[in-house]
Amino acid sequence: MMPGGGRCAACKYLRRRCPSDCIFSLYFPANDPQRFARVHKIYGASNVAKMLQQLPANLRAEAADSLSFEARHRVEDPVYGCVGIIHRLHQQIQNAETQLAKTQAQLFGFINTIID
Amino acid sequence: MASSSSYNSPCAACKFLRRKCMPGCIFAPYFPPEEPQKFANVHKIFGASNVTKLLNELLPHQREDAVNSLAYEAEARVRDPVYGCVGAISFLQRQVQRLQKELDAANADLIRFACNEIPTALPVPPGVSSIQPMVPRQRPVEFSRRIGNEGDAFYQPPSYSHPYILPWSDNPSGDINDGGGEGNNM
Repeated sequence: MMPGGGRCAACKYLRRRCPSDCIFSLYFPANDPQRFARVHKIYGASNVAKMLQQLPANLRAEAADSLSFEARHRVEDPVYGCVGIIHRLHQQIQNAETQLAKTQAQLFGFINTIID
Repeated sequence: MASSSSYNSPCAACKFLRRKCMPGCIFAPYFPPEEPQKFANVHKIFGASNVTKLLNELLPHQREDAVNSLAYEAEARVRDPVYGCVGAISFLQRQVQRLQKELDAANADLIRFACNEIPTALPVPPGVSSIQPMVPRQRPVEFSRRIGNEGDAFYQPPSYSHPYILPWSDNPSGDINDGGGEGNNM
């Protein structure tokens, strides 16, 4: 149950009473219904509850945030989800390493010119 | 791809779910019986019915990549129940940042050489780099709000040991090969 006695976003979405020990209430506030809607669409409420319950309480907020992040990206990109981001980061790294190698080669060229 | 019609062998999904693997099983092409862990992970994290719904919303030619990315995310989440593959994203973003700093410094030195100066340990001038981070700093990852005063920085979980090697080499945009990374094979 949320402070003030209202239902959390999960219980509102699931159309049920929000108990005082609701596993979702701290991480899915009523003012952000889309956050729960996305994780429910991708993972399912019971899977999310299981995943959170299996974690120590001090790690649940981070877990809920990362699940929400992944769910958002999966909704936006149903084929690759946030794995698409990983792909693009790998490519950025590859491009940057290539650029860095070229720049360093040019620098060494200059240094050799000075030495000669 | 696996097929339930090959030697009447059920796919990994139907084996796991202990049901008859019918012709046209939506899972059979993507969950071969030789890879039981792939479906086990996907089932644990996403659930079979959610995966069915996701696949039904895609065109057939998109489903293999979708299943592979789901399997990747599921394995990442099984290994790291708190951060899943977001941990990999954070690790890679830090690598991009590090490389950008190195590139800035190298470009600055190159400019100085081009002007016939010897490079010194001076601060890197702004605007020198030619690459931008994948996630611009003005669009923070949504849950970076929880990390101190880094509201406009990349998400930074506790130390992340290794990224995952991606299970397939095709780039999502279809035009380059994935460079892979250190870490375990899936």
